[in-house]
Amino acid sequence: MWSNIPLFPEQASTIAGQIDGLFAFLVGVSLFFGGLICAVLVYCALRYRRRSEDERPLPIHGNLRLELLWTGVPLALAMVMFFWGANLYIANARPPANALEILAVGKQWMWKFQHPAGAREINELHVPLGHPVKITLASEDVIHSVYIPAFRVKMDAVPGRYTTVWFEATKTGTFHLFCAEYCGTSHAAMIGRVVVMTPSEYERWLSGGAAQESPVAAGERLFEQLGCPTCHRMDGTGRGPTLAGLFGQTQRLQTGETVVVDEAYVRESILLPNAKVATGYTPAMPTFQGQISEDGLFQIIAYIRSLSSDKRR
Amino acid sequence: MHDASVAPPHTHYLNANYGVKSWLLTTDHKRIALLYLASLTLFFFLGGAFAVLIRLELLTPQGDMVQSETYNKLFTMHGIIMIFFFLVPSIPAVLGNFLVPIMLGARDLAFPRLNLLSWYVYTIGGLFTLVAIVSGGVDTGWTFYTPYSSTYANSHVILTALGIFITGFSSILTGLNFLVTTHTMRAPGMTWSRLPLFMWAHYATSLIMVLGTPVLAITIVLVALERAFRIGIFDPTLGGDPVLFQHLFWFYSHPAVYIMILPGMGVISEVIACFARKRIFGYDFVAFSSVAIAVLGFFVWGHHMFVSSQSPYAGLVFSFLSFLVAIPSAVKVFNWTATLYRGSIAYNAPMIYAMGFIGLFTIGGLTGLFLATLAVDIHVHDTYFIVAHFHYIMVGGMVMAYLGGLHFWWPKITGRMYPENLARLAAIIIFIGFNLTFFPQFLLGYLGMPRRYHFYPEEFQVLNVMSSAGASILGVGYLIPMIYFLWSMRYGAPAPANPWQATGLEWNTSSPPPTANFHTPPVVTEEAYAYGPQEVHVD
Amino acid sequence: MAHRRCTLTEHSSALAHHFDSLEQQYASANLGMWLFLLTEIMFFGGLFAGYTVYRTFYPDAFIAGSHHLDITLGGINTVVLLASSLTMALAVHAAQSGQRQQLVNFLLLTIVCGLLFLGIKAVEYSHKFADHLVPGKHFVFEGPLAGQVQLFFSFYFGMTGMHAVHMVIGIGLLGILTLQAWRGQLSPTYAAPVEMLGLYWHFVDIVWIFLFPLLYLLGRH
Repeated sequence: MWSNIPLFPEQASTIAGQIDGLFAFLVGVSLFFGGLICAVLVYCALRYRRRSEDERPLPIHGNLRLELLWTGVPLALAMVMFFWGANLYIANARPPANALEILAVGKQWMWKFQHPAGAREINELHVPLGHPVKITLASEDVIHSVYIPAFRVKMDAVPGRYTTVWFEATKTGTFHLFCAEYCGTSHAAMIGRVVVMTPSEYERWLSGGAAQESPVAAGERLFEQLGCPTCHRMDGTGRGPTLAGLFGQTQRLQTGETVVVDEAYVRESILLPNAKVATGYTPAMPTFQGQISEDGLFQIIAYIRSLSSDKRR
Repeated sequence: MHDASVAPPHTHYLNANYGVKSWLLTTDHKRIALLYLASLTLFFFLGGAFAVLIRLELLTPQGDMVQSETYNKLFTMHGIIMIFFFLVPSIPAVLGNFLVPIMLGARDLAFPRLNLLSWYVYTIGGLFTLVAIVSGGVDTGWTFYTPYSSTYANSHVILTALGIFITGFSSILTGLNFLVTTHTMRAPGMTWSRLPLFMWAHYATSLIMVLGTPVLAITIVLVALERAFRIGIFDPTLGGDPVLFQHLFWFYSHPAVYIMILPGMGVISEVIACFARKRIFGYDFVAFSSVAIAVLGFFVWGHHMFVSSQSPYAGLVFSFLSFLVAIPSAVKVFNWTATLYRGSIAYNAPMIYAMGFIGLFTIGGLTGLFLATLAVDIHVHDTYFIVAHFHYIMVGGMVMAYLGGLHFWWPKITGRMYPENLARLAAIIIFIGFNLTFFPQFLLGYLGMPRRYHFYPEEFQVLNVMSSAGASILGVGYLIPMIYFLWSMRYGAPAPANPWQATGLEWNTSSPPPTANFHTPPVVTEEAYAYGPQEVHVD
Repeated sequence: MAHRRCTLTEHSSALAHHFDSLEQQYASANLGMWLFLLTEIMFFGGLFAGYTVYRTFYPDAFIAGSHHLDITLGGINTVVLLASSLTMALAVHAAQSGQRQQLVNFLLLTIVCGLLFLGIKAVEYSHKFADHLVPGKHFVFEGPLAGQVQLFFSFYFGMTGMHAVHMVIGIGLLGILTLQAWRGQLSPTYAAPVEMLGLYWHFVDIVWIFLFPLLYLLGRH
């Protein structure tokens, strides 16, 4: 039975070992101080136990040097922990530029994953080994959270905005993917799997599935369906700005401020069009809140991105 | 300590008046403390019952005992009851209410009628929540994250929110009462530097109660309004921001954990000084630490939100400050331990609880450092690691301190002694049961088991079974004092005024005290914890 | 603080039994009231924080919403409340100098001002109701900013409503105090209740002084 009690999850990503190393340091410090306190407690408890009711120990008020010592040493250790943890955190905060971009939508109570080439999965995510993977997260309803213990990553999927999380898998195999933010009745059922394959296997898997519409194509279809070209003419003569080459640029707004045209801005422009109106245009765009799902939003964004001159995969 | 007669005084606060009205309309802080003791005990066992059901369900990986919706209600109600209706009031409402005026040498708190109102407000809020439970419960988690709680949940959110809102005022009024009493009603000679550390702890706690609770009040009202009228404040489809709720919520709920632990620390200071028969080492530092914890505690709420889409820079700031707030707690632990050096240590039940507290609080506090560490928190946030961490502090720390305090002052409060050997046994059972229950949860958390899961992957079962086994021992441990405390009120040995030979104004009056607390108003002439080679001073 | 047995003059019915002296009682009441007002600041602070966040997110919508508020009525209300603070301060002075009739008069005037404020508020609310600007099922607002304007009105009703609740409580307490004053239960040595209520009333006034510009005067030139 005892061999069934593991202490660490598998280390299956580039940062897992680093996190475990820091964790081991924290455990070491805790064992040291915990053990020290327990040892002193036990020692004093035995050595100074009351032997007669008349005992009146000498009062000891305190010792400034001791106070400074046991304030200073924990403070120093705390700073070591802070810097170590902050360092790891900042170093891993931004995904590498060549990351494979997966779009994920969490909804009660399932995960939907969209590969850039078109493959779609539910509750399962196939990724290649040794290649950074960046997941852009959205939620259809409440707050969810993508948690892959073997990779030591976690990020909330917050409705109304996009969040991102990235990892690079270092082992093939199947790993748990949990929803780690309570989201209602079947929160515990929102379990998925991450399947890590060698790059060649991954390619095979991608091409092996039934030919699926790529998000760009689906986005273009939605774009037509919802009537966007009525105002957003490609030649720029429409009531709304042309979207060709727009993604990634800096856009000046009516108020004089500037904003980078990224996923979040495009999403906001579709759902709350008059929050940040481009300069030279009137706030005439209607909202599409309620008419388009998070998947749909991802697809339109993919389409608009494809219209820009530097096509990123 | 001279107390010739062991027989209890003829008239004291318990027998001064009889009848239900004399209790329900009392303004005597001591009687109000007992009213709270009764309500709190009921809530503790109700919350405990929910915990039993949770641990039973988690014996098996499948969700086979109750339905998911029920399970979600179980952990929600367990959290809400334990936090708002047990932990937050516990020591301040029972021991604080009873002892604050006496320790200061006053006849009552500054606002006795407000004190009674506090209890009624608490009870009415509790009733709202009980009605919510009986009508079907809430399933949002005690943290009420939006938009689930404000838009999607199908349970009695508004009723529960109102219950918590109302009860919050009890906390505010109690804190206000304690603060004013400490400032204006100290006996002659009771300077700030002569205050017992129990008083410093309650002063710091009261600061948090008064400043933090109103923010919870408005936050929970906004959730209720959002649910009732769909105003859109937390609903992203209407332009609202769900993360704003988290900021507002944790702005109170983080300092709230210090409301829950500081009074416990105050109890420990008193117990250790008495049973080591020595002044607390580094009195000034311990007193200052209490206030430092209260102040710093208001600046760290974002450490609950490292993965909630908060900016990394905010994460850095909150992580740094969270490490700072750990330091005063560490200072206290060191000072308590140093107090034992060259002391004269007796092992009555309160002391066993106190030493257990030091061990368990140290573990709980150290694991807090893990959570302040950004990179590690990403992995363990919302897992059983967190659950283990806060149970070590709240149950291993606070509940042990509460029980230790109840035992320590039981003779004073009731005029009766509890059975010492049985009490020691119960303390040890609780200590063992507690560790068996919660230590495996640290392992579960690092392995990746998320919290609030009705069913789980099979590989987590062994540790869950260990945890549930420990819980059964812990449950037995809690029942034992419940039984003998009740027994002692009738059959316990009559208590002398100062059974522990302790210092402190409360031991200079009879057990139980008269309604006006003192037969002659005290005048303080020496520092706190004046244990020493001379006779322990009696005024 | 000196502690001596209460003298006969101090041992009036005004001294509560758990206090040693009227000074101690007064000091407690004063500190208690200031602390209570501090909690009120934290309470309203949550609302102000939320308002600030959304004002920053949606400036245009909030300005649009603000233009639908009646600045005349709001302005009159501000003057009314300021006047009521004046009458309250005069009441406190009357209490401290033992002028019973003046005390009663000024308390009554304060109540009248308070009621006037609430009446004008009720009129404003009824206008909003008629214009379908109450958040919820019946909210109607032309244009794309509707959702965010509804947020503005949620804060409008939440903040002014919470303020109004505090006014109602204050008026109720003023009524009780007026009765006590009329019965001669207040005196220069026992003016504390008037002073404490004065503190509370001034606080409620100050909250309005913040609410008025934040809600009514946004973006107006």
